[in-house]
Amino acid sequence: MKNFSIAKRQVDQISVLDISGELDAHTASQLENSLKALIESKNIKIIVNCAKLDYIASAGLGVFMAYIEDVRGLGGDIKLSNMNDRVYNVFDLLGFPTLYDIVDDERDAVKAF
Amino acid sequence: MAGKKKYTLSVDSSTKHLSEVRDFVAEHAQNVGLTEKDISEIRLAVDEAYTNIIKHAYKNRPSKPVKIEIGVDAKKLWISIMDEGESFKPDEYKAPDILKRIKNKQRGGMGVFLIQKLMDQVQYNRKGKMNEIRMVKNL
Repeated sequence: MKNFSIAKRQVDQISVLDISGELDAHTASQLENSLKALIESKNIKIIVNCAKLDYIASAGLGVFMAYIEDVRGLGGDIKLSNMNDRVYNVFDLLGFPTLYDIVDDERDAVKAF
Repeated sequence: MAGKKKYTLSVDSSTKHLSEVRDFVAEHAQNVGLTEKDISEIRLAVDEAYTNIIKHAYKNRPSKPVKIEIGVDAKKLWISIMDEGESFKPDEYKAPDILKRIKNKQRGGMGVFLIQKLMDQVQYNRKGKMNEIRMVKNL
């Protein structure tokens, strides 16, 4: 799975996942495992920084759909930042901007928590 | 891709081939001078169609045949993806209510909707035991 990778950082109480490469039905399980691990360890303030994400298919969006209710139910959120136009367009086509906090810059996501 | 040439890629039904399939169609789409936006839309539409074949037509059974053809004429680029699994029934398909799906912690159901948004024409055909999704991008 060389075309997708995830790195985790901590910014105070917030967990940031930097995702790189191509997120599709093959690589989505990696993101799923990372999100699950965060939620299980009660890290529920999550930012997914998409600055290095080149591509997303609906299987990638599906991962965000599967966990957002749990995270919000625990008082946290999954916020998305730094998307390029092509990636944002996919979220937009499916109406995600009204349901998710999608911001231009990670710093805005940090402030929004 | 001058004249009425057609290019074919045969793969088996596994998500590990997704990037190869995307790159195959993108390479040929580039050669006919489509814009970057058009090419990224074609990559995504083909990804979604192939993913649906793996998950739904073949129900994640590996090593089943999938054939991708891409061709061009004066007015359009067309892509045809064929499988021998269970047929998709477009009449029974409903556009996904994302909010409802999130509340129910469901996912999926978005691929067909995206394909329709991204391509100019989409057709589902049955030829013998073969299913075909044929997608067109106007030039």
